[in-house]
Amino acid sequence: MTSLHPTNAQRSEGTAAAPLAIELVGINKHFGPVHANRDIHLAIKRGTVHGIVGENGAGKSTLMSILYGFYTADSGEIRVNGTPATITDSRHALALGIGMVHQHFMLVDNFSVLENVVLGAEDSAFLAPTLNKARTQLKALARDYGLEVDPDAIIENLSVGQQQRVEILKALYRGAETLILDEPTGVLTPDEADHLFRILGKLREEGKTIILITHKLREIMAITDEVSVMRQGAMVKTLTTSETSPGELAELMVGRRVLLRVEKGPASPGKVLLDVQDLVVTDDFKVPRVKGVSFQVRAGEIVGIAGVAGNGQSELLESIAGMRDQLLGTIRLNGEVLSLEGDDGAARARTAGLAHVPEDRLRMGLVTTFSEWENSILGYQHSYGDGPGLDIAKARQTAEEYIKKFDIRPPNIDLKTANFSGGNQQKIVLAREMERNPDVLIVGQPTRGVDIGAIEFIHNQIIKMRDAGKAILLVSVELDEIRSLADRILVIFDGKIVGEADPATADETELGLLMTGSHASSDKTPGPGTLPAHETPVQQTLVKMSPQDLSGKDPN
Amino acid sequence: MESYLVDITLILDSTVRLAVPLILACLAGLYSERAGIVDIGLEGKLLAGAFAAAAMSAVTGSAWLGLLAGIGAALIFSGIHGLASINFKGNQTISGVALNFLAAGLTTFLGQSWFKRGGYTPQLSGDQRFNPITLPFANELREVPVIGQIYYELISGHNIITYVAFIAVPVTAWVLFRTRFGLRLRAVGENPKAIDTAGISVTRLRYQALIITAVLVGIGGAYLSIAQSAGFNNNMSAGRGYIALAALIFAKWRPGPALLVCLMFGFLDAVQFRIQGQVFPIIGEVPVQAIQALPYILTVILLAGFIGRAVAPKASGIPYTKER
Repeated sequence: MTSLHPTNAQRSEGTAAAPLAIELVGINKHFGPVHANRDIHLAIKRGTVHGIVGENGAGKSTLMSILYGFYTADSGEIRVNGTPATITDSRHALALGIGMVHQHFMLVDNFSVLENVVLGAEDSAFLAPTLNKARTQLKALARDYGLEVDPDAIIENLSVGQQQRVEILKALYRGAETLILDEPTGVLTPDEADHLFRILGKLREEGKTIILITHKLREIMAITDEVSVMRQGAMVKTLTTSETSPGELAELMVGRRVLLRVEKGPASPGKVLLDVQDLVVTDDFKVPRVKGVSFQVRAGEIVGIAGVAGNGQSELLESIAGMRDQLLGTIRLNGEVLSLEGDDGAARARTAGLAHVPEDRLRMGLVTTFSEWENSILGYQHSYGDGPGLDIAKARQTAEEYIKKFDIRPPNIDLKTANFSGGNQQKIVLAREMERNPDVLIVGQPTRGVDIGAIEFIHNQIIKMRDAGKAILLVSVELDEIRSLADRILVIFDGKIVGEADPATADETELGLLMTGSHASSDKTPGPGTLPAHETPVQQTLVKMSPQDLSGKDPN
Repeated sequence: MESYLVDITLILDSTVRLAVPLILACLAGLYSERAGIVDIGLEGKLLAGAFAAAAMSAVTGSAWLGLLAGIGAALIFSGIHGLASINFKGNQTISGVALNFLAAGLTTFLGQSWFKRGGYTPQLSGDQRFNPITLPFANELREVPVIGQIYYELISGHNIITYVAFIAVPVTAWVLFRTRFGLRLRAVGENPKAIDTAGISVTRLRYQALIITAVLVGIGGAYLSIAQSAGFNNNMSAGRGYIALAALIFAKWRPGPALLVCLMFGFLDAVQFRIQGQVFPIIGEVPVQAIQALPYILTVILLAGFIGRAVAPKASGIPYTKER
């Protein structure tokens, strides 16, 4: 296998008892007044999977960026295979055999897999020989590590899991011996995550060193040999994984005891508050994404929608929240039909008693250049002052209340929301939506990019809403989250509800299978034009408006 | 029949002549936009190039030195644009517009103070211009019907810059899609972070693109003043830089279609010259201004609705900053 990588970094001569692949000694890094890394010492043994955990802003990514040459440390030493190395840019890191798989993939979306793999590692001024060589190598890598990707596929047509494989291939093609993965499973389905771990396992067998940055303790326990915990820019402790527990790690990360499991009593569902019937919603390109979905949410229950991202959840949420027009179907809120057509659908939904915590707080939940108090009243600004004027004093008072109630930090209502951490931004949105006492709350990805401490708080708030008799619809790609919060789980696949499960008894594998379309293979979903003709009227409409039928009329 | 053929040949011939500056400016814009830099300053560079070429040629008597001066002027403008938009991460549109104003003002001012002819440079003649080249066998084949005529009128008898412009199209396509530089250039316009993490300098790549842009648009400017015309006059680029940008969008940032679109604009321009003063049935004589506006009206219509979804290079117009 190693013969594939003639450009490998020099190996250390003295292979001591515990050969170290990477050693960081006294690393310091400041960003202006922020001390992002404080005197970090870290030793990573060759041929192991080494986990690094910590909350957002603990300095994990900064540390790895220093190792990868994206930033340079203010002080400290990096030793690669025992030899001190100065890594001033990514090229040095690559030459030393250090490759990185970034959290946000560094891929060019409209390039082919092959082009992305060779980008920056071309052998000559002309592309053809490099592309041919890369094609052969990719085949070998695919065979050795289970990294199958079509080399000619265009990145934007690939699933997130496949894109990640391309990132790994990029690093291996460059001869990486040490692979850094930054939050690799954040965007993956359980199935894809398992596949990734199998790949990592194989890489370890081949003697590669893997550094895994994550905040998911389950993954740390499952795959790593050793784990280092960071908190507030400092390295707290390095432990042997087999001798620690998730509880201990969580405590080290947050600096206090954390409850990892959500504590909630049994649900006592009342009357139906949200009733969705035969809902059909298309995306911006008129392609149906929600294909005849029906369900009900009762007072005092949390219904969770589980599914792989991109199976219609976003469109479903946006349509119920009034942000996206529906093609067919009805939505009843408290028995009344909600009319959501037009640009002010979201405002009417709010008036009717529906609150919405959008999936993407930066894009839909907040105006990040506005201050905290301004964001606290967004969407409810009409209740502040009469006519064109805005009752700023009242709005600021509301913001102050929210800050106290939701423990938003820093408690500064004049700070721009862009400058709050992810967890606190989410709390700003949650406070705004929950404190209006809505009948129905729909929540998308409540804890995406949120720290463990804040997750605990947010989950408890959601449970509190339920116990106050509200109907809650929860959409999350985190299966764990759905399982621990929801009273009922609906599985969505390709725009349809394909199953219902009881979170107490549901089997993870079974859910995973449902989420990926159980019978059909996961990456070959039947297109909208392939529905059989004998289906329901709703589905027949879908067949009629499928892209294939439109192709003659629409130049796009 | 004969006279129709002659008419068509003549219109096509002038289509080629009128399309040349568009093709050069359009390819110039293609390099910079593919690298992620919006260059609305093409217009100004075209004008500055035209002026510098004519001035140098008038003074030295050499068209080749004029061409070099044209390229030099465009390079200076590109340098300013690069400094503003790459190093200082300024707004690229504003920087470009500023350059256009600078070019319009500077060429008039310098023209007046150097040559004292109301902004015109002296009439150029002989070696001060790029003159038509007669391709081999053109005269011999002249009498051969159709093919010979087309060869003589349409293909032969253009100046060197015209041939350069047409050759630049396949060369650009090849550079863009078959070379390492092209791969990186396209990547830096789509996702500069991918380039940065691969250990390649985003700044350097973008400057390289701007240099190519300047060379092409400088040649285009020189064509206007010392090949197509015999001297510089005020604002002689007349919006061609903008039309080239429109053509670039219409062509969806691809060299082949860019050529076709530029030829189409050239054709409209040629027809416009041809139908001036003609009397049409029913309508009568169409005012010159209305006809002259034709290519521009078409630009607006095409941009407004007929090109479908034109997806620009994703990072186009966005200065690259390493973020935390």
